[in-house]
Amino acid sequence: MNEKARLLIRIFLTFFKISPVTFGGGYAMVPLIEREVLERHKWMNEKELTDVFALAETVPGAVAVNSAMMIGYRLAGTTGAAVAMIGVCLPTFLIVLALGILYLYLQKEWWVASAMEGVRAAVIALILYAAVHIGKHARWDRKTRLLLCLSFAVLLLLHIHPLFVITGGAVVGILLKFRVRRKFFLRLKKAVNLENEKRESKAG
Amino acid sequence: MWWELFVTFFKIGLASYGGGYAMIPVIEHEVTRHGWMTAQQLTDVIAVAGMAPGPIAANSAIFVGYQLDGVTGAVAALLGMVSPSLLCVLFLATLFARWHRHPFFVAVFYGLRPVLTGLILYAAVRFARANGLFLLSGSHAGALLFILGLSLFLLFRFHLHPAWVMLLSGMLGVFFFH
Repeated sequence: MNEKARLLIRIFLTFFKISPVTFGGGYAMVPLIEREVLERHKWMNEKELTDVFALAETVPGAVAVNSAMMIGYRLAGTTGAAVAMIGVCLPTFLIVLALGILYLYLQKEWWVASAMEGVRAAVIALILYAAVHIGKHARWDRKTRLLLCLSFAVLLLLHIHPLFVITGGAVVGILLKFRVRRKFFLRLKKAVNLENEKRESKAG
Repeated sequence: MWWELFVTFFKIGLASYGGGYAMIPVIEHEVTRHGWMTAQQLTDVIAVAGMAPGPIAANSAIFVGYQLDGVTGAVAALLGMVSPSLLCVLFLATLFARWHRHPFFVAVFYGLRPVLTGLILYAAVRFARANGLFLLSGSHAGALLFILGLSLFLLFRFHLHPAWVMLLSGMLGVFFFH
């Protein structure tokens, strides 16, 4: 077996192993990926891996899957990315399928039906928790708070596709930042001019 | 059918920034628009997806796909969901290893994160309405609100793991609603 195939198998097994033990979505996987990639295999250094996680959030999709694909890509190119993706997705795919089939069979049972009633309330709590989690990563000022209220109101009142709201948010972010920067440059220019005038008047 | 699932989840995958719960409102919008599921059925999907290990987004895609078109549907939905990410990783992310520090992307996320927060809050309101939490009368809504409040308390105060929260509220559900 050549070196490349062995690396691919190792990538697959690493993510196959990490995936089924991480409950509760992407971020739960971060410490496990760190342990495997940094300590066990020494595939990357800490700084590179931090960049991978930050990047995984910039790209659409699940953070865990994205990080796995990026690590796979760094190690073994496109094939590496594909292998890592399959490794991450396969165990959960089988488990979700099994759980889903089980649920579809049992959903009419009285105890499953009433348990699900309770779980539904918990799901709403989890969604609120997720909102707060992502809100913590945002930079809050008057403008972004307004943006939050605006997006919430628009979604609630007009039943438009969330994709438009997301794109709108990105565009507004760019507009705000670059307008602010232009203002900053104007102010800087004014200050420099003032300084020059002072110097000229002194010289004069 | 599987092609429709693939295309729909490709769109959902494209729209899901910040992973996990951020894509719930997008899934909800697409799934109800196609008439595939009600918001309440989708709540169950998310509950099951959250009880399984792995990313919530991918898990929900698998379960929705399975309910609509069996194993083929599950595979199609999952592939649709991860394809945008794979394409982005291959074509963009590798070009700029540190692009997330570029002022342009800092600006994008400056606007994106508040909007995503609003989006997820909106999802919470939609699901609460679909599951009868706004019917502020009767013992049923009272019990639901109690479970919601307790879950929020355990999550925010003790950072209890979501899987435990769901297990506990499932037991409370059996106790309250049997």
